[in-house]
Amino acid sequence: MTSRSGDGSRLPAAFLTAGTSSFTEFLSGHVPDLLPGRRATPTAPVAAPVAVPVAAQVPHGTTIVAATFNGGVVMAGDRRATMGNYIAQRDIEKVFHADDYSCVGIAGTAGLAVEVVRLFQVELEHYEKIEGTTLSLDGKANRLATMIRSNLGMAMQGLAVVPLFAGFDLETAAGRIFSYDITGGRYEEHSYHAVGSGSLFARGALKKLYREDFTADDAVLACTHALYDAADDDAATGGPDLPRRIYPVVVVVTDEGFRRLEEEAVGRVVRAVVEDRMERPGGPYAPLRVDDSDPTT
Amino acid sequence: MSMPFYVSPEQAVKDKAEFARKGIARGRSVAVMQYVDGILLVAENPSRALHKISEIYDRIAFAAVGKYNEFENMRVAGVRLADLRGYSYDRRDVTGRGLANAYAQTLGAIFTETPKPYEVEIVVAEVGESVAADQMFRLTFDGSVAEERGFVVMGGSAEQVAASVRETYAEGMPLAPLLTAAVRALGQNGGEGPRELTPAQLEVAVLDRNRPRRKFRRLVGASLERLL
Repeated sequence: MTSRSGDGSRLPAAFLTAGTSSFTEFLSGHVPDLLPGRRATPTAPVAAPVAVPVAAQVPHGTTIVAATFNGGVVMAGDRRATMGNYIAQRDIEKVFHADDYSCVGIAGTAGLAVEVVRLFQVELEHYEKIEGTTLSLDGKANRLATMIRSNLGMAMQGLAVVPLFAGFDLETAAGRIFSYDITGGRYEEHSYHAVGSGSLFARGALKKLYREDFTADDAVLACTHALYDAADDDAATGGPDLPRRIYPVVVVVTDEGFRRLEEEAVGRVVRAVVEDRMERPGGPYAPLRVDDSDPTT
Repeated sequence: MSMPFYVSPEQAVKDKAEFARKGIARGRSVAVMQYVDGILLVAENPSRALHKISEIYDRIAFAAVGKYNEFENMRVAGVRLADLRGYSYDRRDVTGRGLANAYAQTLGAIFTETPKPYEVEIVVAEVGESVAADQMFRLTFDGSVAEERGFVVMGGSAEQVAASVRETYAEGMPLAPLLTAAVRALGQNGGEGPRELTPAQLEVAVLDRNRPRRKFRRLVGASLERLL
Protein backbone atom coordinates (compact mmCIF):
# COMPACT_ATOMS: atom_id res chain seq x y z
CA MET A 1 0.00 0.00 0.00
CA THR A 2 1.25 3.45 -0.68
CA SER A 3 1.39 6.38 1.69
CA ARG A 4 -1.64 7.77 -0.11
CA SER A 5 -3.86 5.10 1.34
CA GLY A 6 -2.31 4.00 4.59
CA ASP A 7 -4.19 1.75 6.97
CA GLY A 8 -6.65 3.50 9.23
CA SER A 9 -6.97 6.73 7.27
CA ARG A 10 -9.76 8.08 5.15
CA LEU A 11 -10.12 6.57 1.68
CA PRO A 12 -8.53 8.87 -0.92
CA ALA A 13 -10.81 10.52 -3.47
CA ALA A 14 -9.70 8.11 -6.22
CA PHE A 15 -11.45 5.27 -4.40
CA LEU A 16 -14.73 7.16 -4.22
CA THR A 17 -14.76 8.39 -7.81
CA ALA A 18 -17.42 6.77 -9.89
CA GLY A 19 -16.67 5.72 -13.43
CA THR A 20 -14.37 2.85 -14.08
CA SER A 21 -14.94 -0.85 -13.48
CA SER A 22 -11.39 -1.63 -14.53
CA PHE A 23 -8.78 -2.33 -11.89
CA THR A 24 -5.99 -1.49 -14.33
CA GLU A 25 -7.47 1.93 -15.03
CA PHE A 26 -7.86 2.52 -11.33
CA LEU A 27 -4.22 1.57 -10.76
CA SER A 28 -2.93 3.75 -13.57
CA GLY A 29 -4.66 6.75 -12.02
CA HIS A 30 -3.89 6.01 -8.40
CA VAL A 31 -0.69 3.93 -8.13
CA PRO A 32 0.77 3.59 -11.64
CA ASP A 33 4.02 2.14 -10.24
CA LEU A 34 2.22 -1.11 -9.54
CA LEU A 35 1.46 -1.71 -13.21
CA PRO A 36 3.74 -4.11 -15.02
CA GLY A 37 5.50 -2.46 -17.93
CA ARG A 38 5.09 1.02 -16.47
CA ARG A 39 8.39 1.07 -14.66
CA ALA A 40 11.20 3.11 -16.11
CA THR A 41 13.48 0.66 -17.86
CA PRO A 42 17.19 1.33 -17.62
CA THR A 43 18.61 1.88 -21.05
CA ALA A 44 22.06 0.39 -21.48
CA PRO A 45 24.65 2.93 -22.58
CA VAL A 46 25.46 2.46 -26.24
CA ALA A 47 29.20 2.69 -25.68
CA ALA A 48 29.30 -0.19 -23.18
CA PRO A 49 27.66 -3.24 -24.67
CA VAL A 50 26.37 -5.65 -22.04
CA ALA A 51 28.37 -8.88 -21.93
CA VAL A 52 25.27 -11.07 -21.49
CA PRO A 53 21.99 -9.69 -22.83
CA VAL A 54 19.41 -9.12 -20.10
CA ALA A 55 17.05 -11.59 -21.71
CA ALA A 56 19.53 -14.40 -20.98
CA GLN A 57 19.75 -13.41 -17.30
CA VAL A 58 16.10 -13.89 -16.37
CA PRO A 59 14.00 -17.04 -16.50
CA HIS A 60 11.93 -17.68 -19.62
CA GLY A 61 8.90 -19.85 -19.86
CA THR A 62 8.58 -22.03 -22.89
CA THR A 63 5.77 -24.02 -24.49
CA ILE A 64 2.00 -23.70 -24.06
CA VAL A 65 -0.52 -25.62 -26.17
CA ALA A 66 -4.29 -25.44 -26.39
CA ALA A 67 -6.92 -27.38 -28.31
CA THR A 68 -10.68 -27.09 -28.48
CA PHE A 69 -13.04 -30.04 -28.27
CA ASN A 70 -16.75 -30.50 -28.48
CA GLY A 71 -17.96 -28.47 -25.48
CA GLY A 72 -14.80 -26.79 -24.27
CA VAL A 73 -11.10 -26.20 -24.51
CA VAL A 74 -7.95 -27.75 -23.05
CA MET A 75 -4.73 -25.90 -22.27
CA ALA A 76 -1.45 -27.48 -21.21
CA GLY A 77 2.03 -26.19 -20.48
CA ASP A 78 5.37 -27.80 -19.79
CA ARG A 79 7.10 -27.07 -16.47
CA ARG A 80 10.49 -25.72 -17.52
CA ALA A 81 11.88 -22.21 -17.21
CA THR A 82 15.24 -21.53 -18.80
CA MET A 83 17.86 -18.84 -18.33
CA GLY A 84 20.18 -18.89 -21.30
CA ASN A 85 21.43 -22.48 -21.36
CA TYR A 86 20.47 -23.14 -17.71
CA ILE A 87 17.30 -24.73 -16.49
CA ALA A 88 16.10 -22.04 -14.09
CA GLN A 89 13.20 -24.01 -12.69
CA ARG A 90 11.89 -27.53 -13.28
CA ASP A 91 8.42 -27.13 -11.87
CA ILE A 92 7.30 -23.65 -12.85
CA GLU A 93 3.58 -23.30 -13.57
CA LYS A 94 2.69 -21.39 -16.70
CA VAL A 95 -0.99 -22.17 -17.15
CA PHE A 96 -3.35 -20.30 -14.84
CA HIS A 97 -6.97 -19.87 -13.88
CA ALA A 98 -8.09 -16.52 -15.32
CA ASP A 99 -11.67 -16.71 -14.09
CA ASP A 100 -14.38 -19.37 -13.85
CA TYR A 101 -14.67 -19.73 -17.62
CA SER A 102 -11.22 -18.98 -18.94
CA CYS A 103 -7.55 -19.81 -18.56
CA VAL A 104 -4.32 -18.18 -19.62
CA GLY A 105 -0.92 -19.65 -20.39
CA ILE A 106 2.25 -17.63 -20.72
CA ALA A 107 5.49 -17.88 -22.60
CA GLY A 108 8.35 -15.40 -22.44
CA THR A 109 9.97 -13.56 -19.54
CA ALA A 110 8.61 -15.45 -16.55
CA GLY A 111 8.72 -12.65 -13.97
CA LEU A 112 6.82 -10.17 -16.12
CA ALA A 113 4.44 -12.80 -17.39
CA VAL A 114 3.45 -13.95 -13.92
CA GLU A 115 2.81 -10.32 -12.97
CA VAL A 116 0.68 -9.74 -16.06
CA VAL A 117 -1.36 -12.85 -15.25
CA ARG A 118 -1.85 -11.75 -11.65
CA LEU A 119 -3.10 -8.36 -12.79
CA PHE A 120 -5.33 -9.99 -15.39
CA GLN A 121 -6.91 -12.25 -12.77
CA VAL A 122 -7.62 -9.29 -10.49
CA GLU A 123 -8.93 -7.29 -13.45
CA LEU A 124 -11.53 -9.93 -14.33
CA GLU A 125 -12.61 -10.48 -10.74
CA HIS A 126 -12.75 -6.73 -10.10
CA TYR A 127 -15.02 -6.15 -13.06
CA GLU A 128 -17.23 -9.01 -11.97
CA LYS A 129 -17.60 -7.62 -8.46
CA ILE A 130 -18.17 -4.01 -9.47
CA GLU A 131 -20.56 -4.71 -12.34
CA GLY A 132 -22.22 -7.81 -10.91
CA THR A 133 -21.73 -9.62 -14.21
CA THR A 134 -18.81 -11.17 -16.08
CA LEU A 135 -17.12 -9.79 -19.18
CA SER A 136 -17.80 -11.51 -22.49
CA LEU A 137 -15.00 -13.81 -23.66
CA ASP A 138 -14.04 -11.26 -26.32
CA GLY A 139 -14.01 -8.55 -23.66
CA LYS A 140 -11.59 -10.59 -21.57
CA ALA A 141 -9.38 -11.29 -24.60
CA ASN A 142 -9.27 -7.56 -25.40
CA ARG A 143 -8.36 -6.62 -21.82
CA LEU A 144 -5.41 -9.00 -22.02
CA ALA A 145 -4.36 -7.44 -25.33
CA THR A 146 -4.23 -4.01 -23.67
CA MET A 147 -1.99 -5.35 -20.93
CA ILE A 148 0.41 -6.94 -23.39
CA ARG A 149 0.51 -3.72 -25.42
CA SER A 150 1.62 -1.75 -22.36
CA ASN A 151 4.61 -4.08 -22.08
CA LEU A 152 5.90 -3.22 -25.56
CA GLY A 153 8.81 -1.13 -24.20
CA MET A 154 10.10 -4.11 -22.24
CA ALA A 155 9.46 -6.46 -25.16
CA MET A 156 11.66 -4.31 -27.41
CA GLN A 157 14.50 -4.90 -24.94
CA GLY A 158 14.07 -8.63 -25.20
CA LEU A 159 11.70 -9.07 -22.26
CA ALA A 160 8.61 -10.15 -24.13
CA VAL A 161 5.49 -11.72 -22.70
CA VAL A 162 3.41 -13.84 -25.06
CA PRO A 163 0.23 -15.27 -23.62
CA LEU A 164 -2.24 -17.79 -24.93
CA PHE A 165 -5.79 -17.21 -23.77
CA ALA A 166 -8.62 -19.70 -23.97
CA GLY A 167 -12.06 -20.02 -22.53
CA PHE A 168 -15.56 -21.27 -22.84
CA ASP A 169 -17.82 -18.74 -24.56
CA LEU A 170 -21.16 -18.88 -22.75
CA GLU A 171 -22.90 -17.16 -25.66
CA THR A 172 -21.86 -19.58 -28.38
CA ALA A 173 -21.36 -22.53 -25.98
CA ALA A 174 -17.97 -23.38 -27.48
CA GLY A 175 -14.31 -23.32 -26.51
CA ARG A 176 -12.25 -20.54 -28.12
CA ILE A 177 -8.54 -19.77 -28.27
CA PHE A 178 -6.80 -16.40 -28.67
CA SER A 179 -3.14 -15.75 -29.37
CA TYR A 180 -1.21 -12.48 -29.07
CA ASP A 181 1.90 -10.81 -30.36
CA ILE A 182 4.16 -8.48 -28.36
CA THR A 183 2.39 -5.37 -29.69
CA GLY A 184 -0.89 -6.54 -28.21
CA GLY A 185 -2.26 -7.85 -31.49
CA ARG A 186 -5.03 -10.31 -30.73
CA TYR A 187 -5.82 -13.21 -33.06
CA GLU A 188 -8.50 -15.79 -32.68
CA GLU A 189 -7.18 -19.27 -33.41
CA HIS A 190 -9.29 -22.14 -34.64
CA SER A 191 -9.12 -25.65 -33.26
CA TYR A 192 -5.64 -25.52 -31.70
CA HIS A 193 -2.63 -23.32 -31.15
CA ALA A 194 0.72 -23.22 -29.35
CA VAL A 195 3.08 -20.46 -28.19
CA GLY A 196 6.64 -20.36 -26.90
CA SER A 197 9.97 -21.73 -28.05
CA GLY A 198 8.71 -25.26 -28.70
CA SER A 199 5.49 -24.08 -30.31
CA LEU A 200 6.51 -24.89 -33.89
CA PHE A 201 6.94 -28.56 -33.03
CA ALA A 202 3.85 -28.64 -30.85
CA ARG A 203 1.77 -27.02 -33.56
CA GLY A 204 3.07 -29.51 -36.10
CA ALA A 205 2.06 -32.36 -33.84
CA LEU A 206 -1.39 -30.91 -33.16
CA LYS A 207 -1.95 -30.34 -36.86
CA LYS A 208 -1.61 -34.07 -37.45
CA LEU A 209 -3.36 -35.24 -34.29
CA TYR A 210 -6.30 -32.84 -34.12
CA ARG A 211 -9.79 -34.14 -34.89
CA GLU A 212 -13.00 -32.17 -35.03
CA ASP A 213 -14.79 -34.78 -32.92
CA PHE A 214 -12.39 -34.68 -29.97
CA THR A 215 -13.68 -35.38 -26.50
CA ALA A 216 -12.04 -33.66 -23.52
CA ASP A 217 -9.88 -36.75 -22.89
CA ASP A 218 -8.78 -36.83 -26.54
CA ALA A 219 -7.80 -33.17 -26.42
CA VAL A 220 -5.81 -33.74 -23.21
CA LEU A 221 -4.00 -36.68 -24.85
CA ALA A 222 -3.27 -34.71 -28.04
CA CYS A 223 -1.91 -31.76 -26.03
CA THR A 224 0.32 -34.10 -24.00
CA HIS A 225 1.68 -35.63 -27.21
CA ALA A 226 2.25 -32.14 -28.61
CA LEU A 227 4.21 -31.10 -25.51
CA TYR A 228 6.24 -34.30 -25.78
CA ASP A 229 7.09 -33.44 -29.39
CA ALA A 230 8.00 -29.89 -28.39
CA ALA A 231 10.35 -31.21 -25.68
CA ASP A 232 11.74 -33.73 -28.16
CA ASP A 233 13.04 -31.04 -30.50
CA ASP A 234 13.31 -27.89 -28.38
CA ALA A 235 15.93 -27.81 -25.63
CA ALA A 236 14.05 -25.16 -23.68
CA THR A 237 10.88 -27.19 -23.32
CA GLY A 238 10.76 -29.69 -20.49
CA GLY A 239 9.70 -33.25 -21.18
CA PRO A 240 7.75 -35.33 -18.67
CA ASP A 241 9.93 -35.74 -15.58
CA LEU A 242 8.86 -39.20 -14.45
CA PRO A 243 11.45 -39.71 -11.67
CA ARG A 244 10.44 -36.44 -9.99
CA ARG A 245 6.76 -36.84 -10.90
CA ILE A 246 6.69 -33.40 -12.52
CA TYR A 247 4.01 -33.44 -15.20
CA PRO A 248 2.57 -30.72 -17.43
CA VAL A 249 -0.11 -28.45 -16.01
CA VAL A 250 -3.35 -29.37 -17.81
CA VAL A 251 -6.60 -27.42 -17.46
CA VAL A 252 -10.02 -27.98 -18.98
CA VAL A 253 -12.67 -25.27 -19.40
CA THR A 254 -16.26 -26.31 -20.16
CA ASP A 255 -19.76 -25.04 -19.42
CA GLU A 256 -19.17 -26.36 -15.90
CA GLY A 257 -16.27 -23.97 -15.53
CA PHE A 258 -12.53 -24.11 -15.09
CA ARG A 259 -10.94 -27.32 -13.84
CA ARG A 260 -7.30 -28.15 -13.37
CA LEU A 261 -6.60 -31.84 -13.81
CA GLU A 262 -5.30 -33.62 -10.73
CA GLU A 263 -1.62 -34.48 -10.82
CA GLU A 264 -2.49 -38.14 -10.67
CA ALA A 265 -4.75 -37.95 -13.72
CA VAL A 266 -2.11 -36.07 -15.72
CA GLY A 267 0.46 -38.60 -14.55
CA ARG A 268 -1.61 -41.44 -16.02
CA VAL A 269 -1.85 -39.68 -19.40
CA VAL A 270 1.85 -38.83 -19.37
CA ARG A 271 2.88 -42.39 -18.55
CA ALA A 272 0.67 -43.68 -21.37
CA VAL A 273 2.30 -41.23 -23.78
CA VAL A 274 5.80 -42.24 -22.66
CA GLU A 275 4.79 -45.89 -22.99
CA ASP A 276 3.64 -45.27 -26.58
CA ARG A 277 6.86 -43.48 -27.37
CA MET A 278 8.89 -46.45 -26.14
CA GLU A 279 7.31 -48.37 -28.98
CA ARG A 280 7.39 -45.57 -31.47
CA PRO A 281 9.52 -42.54 -30.53
CA GLY A 282 7.87 -40.35 -33.14
CA GLY A 283 4.44 -40.81 -31.62
CA PRO A 284 1.18 -41.88 -33.24
CA TYR A 285 1.02 -42.11 -37.02
CA ALA A 286 -1.29 -39.77 -38.87
CA PRO A 287 -3.02 -41.37 -41.88
CA LEU A 288 -1.12 -40.61 -45.07
CA ARG A 289 -4.19 -40.16 -47.22
CA VAL A 290 -7.21 -38.15 -46.24
CA ASP A 291 -10.06 -40.53 -45.61
CA ASP A 292 -13.65 -39.26 -45.48
CA SER A 293 -14.38 -41.26 -42.36
CA ASP A 294 -11.49 -39.59 -40.61
CA PRO A 295 -12.15 -35.83 -40.59
CA THR A 296 -8.74 -34.28 -40.05
CA THR A 297 -8.19 -30.56 -40.34
CA MET B 1 -26.47 40.44 2.51
CA SER B 2 -27.91 38.24 5.19
CA MET B 3 -25.91 37.18 8.21
CA PRO B 4 -25.53 33.42 8.69
CA PHE B 5 -27.16 32.19 11.88
CA TYR B 6 -24.93 30.80 14.57
CA VAL B 7 -25.49 27.09 15.06
CA SER B 8 -23.75 25.40 17.98
CA PRO B 9 -21.65 22.32 17.12
CA GLU B 10 -23.88 20.18 19.36
CA GLN B 11 -26.94 21.29 17.46
CA ALA B 12 -25.27 20.79 14.06
CA VAL B 13 -24.24 17.23 14.91
CA LYS B 14 -27.65 16.45 16.34
CA ASP B 15 -29.41 17.77 13.24
CA LYS B 16 -27.17 15.82 10.89
CA ALA B 17 -27.60 12.62 12.89
CA GLU B 18 -31.36 13.02 12.94
CA PHE B 19 -31.39 13.67 9.21
CA ALA B 20 -29.31 10.56 8.51
CA ARG B 21 -31.38 8.41 10.86
CA LYS B 22 -34.61 9.47 9.17
CA GLY B 23 -33.22 8.65 5.75
CA ILE B 24 -32.12 5.18 6.84
CA ALA B 25 -35.43 4.44 8.58
CA ARG B 26 -37.33 4.90 5.32
CA GLY B 27 -35.79 1.81 3.72
CA ARG B 28 -36.42 -1.90 4.18
CA SER B 29 -34.24 -3.92 6.56
CA VAL B 30 -31.23 -6.10 6.05
CA ALA B 31 -30.17 -8.92 8.37
CA VAL B 32 -26.67 -10.37 8.63
CA MET B 33 -26.35 -13.46 10.78
CA GLN B 34 -23.91 -16.22 11.64
CA TYR B 35 -24.84 -19.82 10.95
CA VAL B 36 -22.89 -22.99 11.41
CA ASP B 37 -21.07 -22.87 8.03
CA GLY B 38 -20.57 -19.14 7.73
CA ILE B 39 -22.52 -15.92 7.49
CA LEU B 40 -25.97 -15.41 5.99
CA LEU B 41 -27.01 -12.07 4.50
CA VAL B 42 -30.69 -11.43 3.78
CA ALA B 43 -32.35 -8.28 2.48
CA GLU B 44 -35.80 -7.41 1.35
CA ASN B 45 -35.02 -6.10 -2.11
CA PRO B 46 -37.34 -6.49 -5.09
CA SER B 47 -34.63 -5.27 -7.49
CA ARG B 48 -32.49 -7.87 -9.30
CA ALA B 49 -29.97 -5.31 -10.44
CA LEU B 50 -29.45 -2.89 -7.57
CA HIS B 51 -27.88 -4.95 -4.83
CA LYS B 52 -27.85 -4.30 -1.11
CA ILE B 53 -25.58 -7.29 -0.54
CA SER B 54 -22.31 -7.80 -2.38
CA GLU B 55 -19.00 -9.56 -2.49
CA ILE B 56 -15.96 -7.51 -1.55
CA TYR B 57 -13.21 -10.11 -1.46
CA ASP B 58 -12.52 -13.80 -0.88
CA ARG B 59 -13.89 -13.95 2.67
CA ILE B 60 -15.55 -10.54 2.93
CA ALA B 61 -19.08 -9.43 2.12
CA PHE B 62 -20.85 -6.09 2.29
CA ALA B 63 -24.44 -5.31 3.25
CA ALA B 64 -25.97 -1.87 3.42
CA VAL B 65 -29.18 0.07 3.88
CA GLY B 66 -29.98 3.68 3.13
CA LYS B 67 -29.39 5.71 0.02
CA TYR B 68 -28.36 3.53 -2.91
CA ASN B 69 -25.92 5.89 -4.61
CA GLU B 70 -24.13 6.55 -1.33
CA PHE B 71 -23.64 2.96 -0.21
CA GLU B 72 -22.81 1.90 -3.77
CA ASN B 73 -20.04 4.49 -3.67
CA MET B 74 -18.74 2.91 -0.45
CA ARG B 75 -19.04 -0.59 -1.88
CA VAL B 76 -17.02 0.23 -4.99
CA ALA B 77 -14.39 1.94 -2.84
CA GLY B 78 -14.23 -1.20 -0.71
CA VAL B 79 -13.75 -3.48 -3.71
CA ARG B 80 -10.98 -1.19 -4.97
CA LEU B 81 -9.27 -1.09 -1.59
CA ALA B 82 -9.47 -4.86 -1.15
CA ASP B 83 -8.26 -5.63 -4.68
CA LEU B 84 -5.44 -3.11 -4.42
CA ARG B 85 -4.30 -4.51 -1.09
CA GLY B 86 -4.56 -8.11 -2.31
CA TYR B 87 -2.66 -7.26 -5.48
CA SER B 88 0.14 -5.34 -3.80
CA TYR B 89 0.52 -7.72 -0.84
CA ASP B 90 -1.22 -11.07 -0.81
CA ARG B 91 -4.81 -12.26 -0.86
CA ARG B 92 -4.56 -13.32 2.79
CA ASP B 93 -3.64 -9.79 3.82
CA VAL B 94 -7.07 -8.40 2.98
CA THR B 95 -9.10 -8.27 6.18
CA GLY B 96 -12.55 -7.15 7.18
CA ARG B 97 -11.05 -5.16 10.02
CA GLY B 98 -8.90 -3.10 7.64
CA LEU B 99 -11.89 -2.42 5.43
CA ALA B 100 -14.14 -1.50 8.37
CA ASN B 101 -11.44 0.91 9.55
CA ALA B 102 -11.23 2.63 6.17
CA TYR B 103 -15.03 2.91 6.00
CA ALA B 104 -15.19 4.30 9.53
CA GLN B 105 -12.62 6.99 8.76
CA THR B 106 -14.35 7.90 5.53
CA LEU B 107 -17.88 8.01 6.90
CA GLY B 108 -16.64 9.96 9.93
CA ALA B 109 -14.92 12.53 7.74
CA ILE B 110 -17.96 12.89 5.50
CA PHE B 111 -20.20 13.30 8.53
CA THR B 112 -18.15 16.11 10.07
CA GLU B 113 -16.87 17.88 6.98
CA THR B 114 -19.80 17.98 4.58
CA PRO B 115 -23.16 19.64 5.12
CA LYS B 116 -25.06 16.47 4.22
CA PRO B 117 -23.98 13.20 5.87
CA TYR B 118 -24.28 9.87 4.11
CA GLU B 119 -27.63 8.23 4.89
CA VAL B 120 -26.19 4.74 5.11
CA GLU B 121 -25.56 1.94 7.51
CA ILE B 122 -23.11 -0.79 6.53
CA VAL B 123 -22.11 -4.24 7.72
CA VAL B 124 -18.73 -5.67 6.77
CA ALA B 125 -18.77 -9.42 7.36
CA GLU B 126 -15.75 -11.68 7.22
CA VAL B 127 -16.04 -15.44 7.44
CA GLY B 128 -13.32 -17.29 9.35
CA GLU B 129 -12.27 -20.90 9.80
CA SER B 130 -14.87 -21.42 12.54
CA VAL B 131 -17.93 -19.69 14.00
CA ALA B 132 -15.67 -18.17 16.66
CA ALA B 133 -13.38 -16.68 13.99
CA ASP B 134 -16.19 -14.97 12.05
CA GLN B 135 -16.28 -11.19 12.28
CA MET B 136 -19.06 -8.70 11.67
CA PHE B 137 -18.55 -4.95 11.83
CA ARG B 138 -21.46 -2.56 11.85
CA LEU B 139 -20.77 0.98 10.65
CA THR B 140 -23.13 3.87 11.04
CA PHE B 141 -23.43 7.16 9.13
CA ASP B 142 -21.18 9.04 11.60
CA GLY B 143 -18.28 6.60 11.28
CA SER B 144 -18.79 4.69 14.51
CA VAL B 145 -17.90 1.00 14.37
CA ALA B 146 -19.20 -1.83 16.48
CA GLU B 147 -18.11 -5.44 16.31
CA GLU B 148 -21.17 -7.67 16.50
CA ARG B 149 -21.70 -11.34 17.33
CA GLY B 150 -24.60 -13.52 16.36
CA PHE B 151 -26.72 -11.28 14.17
CA VAL B 152 -27.14 -7.66 13.06
CA VAL B 153 -30.27 -6.02 11.72
CA MET B 154 -30.26 -2.56 10.19
CA GLY B 155 -32.64 -0.33 8.26
CA GLY B 156 -36.25 0.71 8.83
CA SER B 157 -37.93 -0.89 11.86
CA ALA B 158 -34.68 -2.69 12.67
CA GLU B 159 -35.77 -3.10 16.28
CA GLN B 160 -38.96 -5.00 15.44
CA VAL B 161 -37.04 -7.26 13.07
CA ALA B 162 -34.24 -7.81 15.58
CA ALA B 163 -36.79 -8.69 18.28
CA SER B 164 -38.32 -11.29 15.99
CA VAL B 165 -34.90 -12.77 15.12
CA ARG B 166 -33.96 -12.93 18.80
CA GLU B 167 -36.89 -15.26 19.51
CA THR B 168 -35.50 -18.05 17.33
CA TYR B 169 -31.80 -17.29 16.96
CA ALA B 170 -29.24 -19.62 18.47
CA GLU B 171 -25.52 -19.87 17.80
CA GLY B 172 -24.51 -22.57 15.31
CA MET B 173 -27.91 -22.89 13.60
CA PRO B 174 -28.03 -24.61 10.20
CA LEU B 175 -28.77 -22.49 7.13
CA ALA B 176 -32.35 -23.41 6.24
CA PRO B 177 -34.10 -22.75 9.59
CA LEU B 178 -32.08 -19.57 10.07
CA LEU B 179 -33.07 -18.29 6.64
CA THR B 180 -36.73 -19.07 7.35
CA ALA B 181 -36.50 -17.20 10.66
CA ALA B 182 -34.79 -14.24 8.96
CA VAL B 183 -37.43 -14.02 6.25
CA ARG B 184 -40.24 -14.18 8.79
CA ALA B 185 -38.52 -11.44 10.81
CA LEU B 186 -38.04 -9.21 7.77
CA GLY B 187 -41.79 -9.52 7.16
CA GLN B 188 -42.32 -7.60 10.42
CA ASN B 189 -40.85 -4.60 8.65
CA GLY B 190 -43.54 -2.30 7.37
CA GLY B 191 -45.82 -1.42 10.27
CA GLU B 192 -49.03 -2.83 8.79
CA GLY B 193 -48.65 -6.24 10.45
CA PRO B 194 -46.58 -9.25 9.38
CA ARG B 195 -46.20 -9.82 5.65
CA GLU B 196 -45.28 -12.96 3.75
CA LEU B 197 -42.14 -12.35 1.67
CA THR B 198 -41.71 -14.34 -1.53
CA PRO B 199 -38.31 -15.37 -2.93
CA ALA B 200 -38.73 -12.72 -5.64
CA GLN B 201 -38.73 -10.00 -2.98
CA LEU B 202 -35.56 -11.26 -1.34
CA GLU B 203 -31.88 -10.84 -1.90
CA VAL B 204 -29.98 -13.63 -0.18
CA ALA B 205 -26.28 -14.51 -0.12
CA VAL B 206 -23.93 -16.51 2.06
CA LEU B 207 -20.27 -16.47 2.94
CA ASP B 208 -19.79 -20.23 3.09
CA ARG B 209 -16.56 -21.20 4.83
CA ASN B 210 -16.56 -24.60 3.08
CA ARG B 211 -16.24 -23.11 -0.39
CA PRO B 212 -12.81 -22.82 -2.00
CA ARG B 213 -11.20 -19.35 -2.30
CA ARG B 214 -14.20 -17.08 -3.00
CA LYS B 215 -16.64 -17.82 -0.20
CA PHE B 216 -19.42 -15.50 -1.37
CA ARG B 217 -22.37 -17.06 -3.14
CA ARG B 218 -25.74 -15.61 -4.04
CA LEU B 219 -28.76 -17.81 -3.43
CA VAL B 220 -31.24 -17.27 -6.22
CA GLY B 221 -34.01 -19.10 -8.01
CA ALA B 222 -34.38 -22.78 -7.28
CA SER B 223 -31.65 -23.01 -4.64
CA LEU B 224 -33.34 -20.25 -2.63
CA GLU B 225 -36.80 -21.76 -2.97
CA ARG B 226 -35.49 -25.12 -1.83
CA LEU B 227 -34.10 -23.58 1.37
CA LEU B 228 -37.34 -21.76 2.11
